[in-house]
Amino acid sequence: MKFGVVVFPGSNCDQDCVRVVRDVIRQPVAILWHQDTSLQGVEAIIIPGGFSYGDYLRTGAIAHLSPIMQAIKSFAEDGGLVLGICNGFQILLESGLLPGAMMRNTGLRFICRTVPLRVERVDTVWTNKCQKGQIIHLPIAHNEGRYIRDPQPHESLAEQVVFRYEGTNPNGSEEAIAGLMNRAGNVLGMMPHPERAAEDVLGNTDGRLIFESMLTAHANA
Amino acid sequence: MKAQVYITLKDGLLDVQGKTVKSALDELGFKGVAQVRMGKYIEIDLAEAKPGAARQEVERMCQKLLANPIIEAYRVEVK
Repeated sequence: MKFGVVVFPGSNCDQDCVRVVRDVIRQPVAILWHQDTSLQGVEAIIIPGGFSYGDYLRTGAIAHLSPIMQAIKSFAEDGGLVLGICNGFQILLESGLLPGAMMRNTGLRFICRTVPLRVERVDTVWTNKCQKGQIIHLPIAHNEGRYIRDPQPHESLAEQVVFRYEGTNPNGSEEAIAGLMNRAGNVLGMMPHPERAAEDVLGNTDGRLIFESMLTAHANA
Repeated sequence: MKAQVYITLKDGLLDVQGKTVKSALDELGFKGVAQVRMGKYIEIDLAEAKPGAARQEVERMCQKLLANPIIEAYRVEVK
């Protein structure tokens, strides 16, 4: 399964994602520059964390207009797998591939710590290796992770919530949403960083569940 | 023309920066502050010379980029 990791000016988790794909789940990976218009035949896209364009204007607001994002929108509309992590999630919200918006954490602090998450859906390409209701632990590292629903559609997001913060809600996110997918299920945005918890040497391999779920879904497709 | 764009948070959304600034004003002894809401102010110099057309152009900019309609409202003044 060929992965593509997108790099914007200001991305800083791109190499972590490349390492997990190449060295942990051992799959081919292409690095895609924000000015590229070709996705080089990849079968899944990872939009990594960081501070694309310095978070100018709003997080993800400038990145979503880049040439690569136009290609990713078409890819997603055709059912391609797109995983946005942290700033990648914010970019997916700005691009309209996922509903809602992000605001400053209620505590006004940049939060960098490992938090418990409840896996709400296991019948997805992202979580088929998890157990229903399983609590996994992943690091979060963000200043703008307070998820705000789009008040317009008035449709329930319940079916789209993949991860919720368990116990304390660290950032004031609505309904404690930590990870959300689109209705079709092929686009996932999550604030926690699975790529930072995918190797024994890091003391936590819960993040591997997401990457291995993608592989399983791809193999069974 | 010069456009002035005011981006404000929609009512009802918790503005944590505004709340913090209000607390700081309270600390300084400004007792009459009921609420503070933070927003953005943007100045744009335009080649367009007609006020109506300039306003329309800037409103399109707000819709496409400058404001996020889920959380923000905008107001445009041209002169």
